[in-house]
Amino acid sequence: MLHIINKSPLANNALDSCLRVAQSGEILLIEDAVYAATAGNAFEGKIRKALERFRIHVLQPDLEARGLADRVIEGVSPVDYGGFVDLTTTNKTCQSWL
Amino acid sequence: MPSIEVDGKTYETDEEGYLTNLNDWNKEVANYIAHVENINMTEQHWEVINFLREYFEEYQIAPAVRVLTKAIGKKLGADKGNSEYLYSLFPYGPGKQACKIAGLPKPTGCV
Amino acid sequence: MSNIKKFMFVNRKAPYGTIYALEALEVVLITAAFDQDVSLVFLDDGVYQLKKGQQTKGIETKNFSPAYRALEGYDIEKLYVEKESLEARGISEEDLLVDVTVLGRAEMGALMDQQDVVLSF
Repeated sequence: MLHIINKSPLANNALDSCLRVAQSGEILLIEDAVYAATAGNAFEGKIRKALERFRIHVLQPDLEARGLADRVIEGVSPVDYGGFVDLTTTNKTCQSWL
Repeated sequence: MPSIEVDGKTYETDEEGYLTNLNDWNKEVANYIAHVENINMTEQHWEVINFLREYFEEYQIAPAVRVLTKAIGKKLGADKGNSEYLYSLFPYGPGKQACKIAGLPKPTGCV
Repeated sequence: MSNIKKFMFVNRKAPYGTIYALEALEVVLITAAFDQDVSLVFLDDGVYQLKKGQQTKGIETKNFSPAYRALEGYDIEKLYVEKESLEARGISEEDLLVDVTVLGRAEMGALMDQQDVVLSF
């Protein structure tokens, strides 16, 4: 299952809830959720821990727009829009957490 | 805003003729709406209208036709809890027509 | 029948503060008309939607909580609430206005993985 998150984890609990409830699968961070994928963010520890259970992706254009493309946490894989589409088709289900 | 006039009083409705304010409803208004819908209200009609009013009072929604049919069957018996019977009373659909006469909003999911 | 899909609606927002809870309820009622396998999940502040005793007169907003009790009549009987979300809010199963199944977070996650469609509100 693919979990899509679009809110900063420091402003909204969607990512926290996703990590609490979902046990495995893939996560895609888009829009303001890309902040979660950056080194030095207060959420970094939780992302590193989550990498043991999930494959985590981050949308490159959203990172670039925010000037943070150069500090992605190691193990998080950047994807372009094509990669985004691939993730939605290779997973049986998607959940967009609001 | 569209409206209807009954016994010299004006009641606001939506574009389709459903009462805007639930509390505006009374028997005279119901009879008037039924008349506009070409329905001659009988005891059997009132049974359904009163049932709908009670359902709304309890759940705050107008039931979908399927749900209404089942619930009527439970309360008034299987001979009344079927669509043939309900459509014979309200030919344009028990959901739409009966809810309108009962002063309820259009049922959610009513297509 | 093979065209029945498992639909899960995930409710994570408190009622009244935003429109999400009411919108989710309306979508659920509409989905019921299509005879699908529907589950409702309440997580995080979404558990507040099911709190007993809501009185909305003072805020001049429609109290839609009685509609959760109508779901049974719509053949929607799978309501799940996350244990951790209840605990974090000091709410117990007895505080809820409908019968629900309380699941721990891992069981909830497993249930999510079994669905064909998951819609989050």
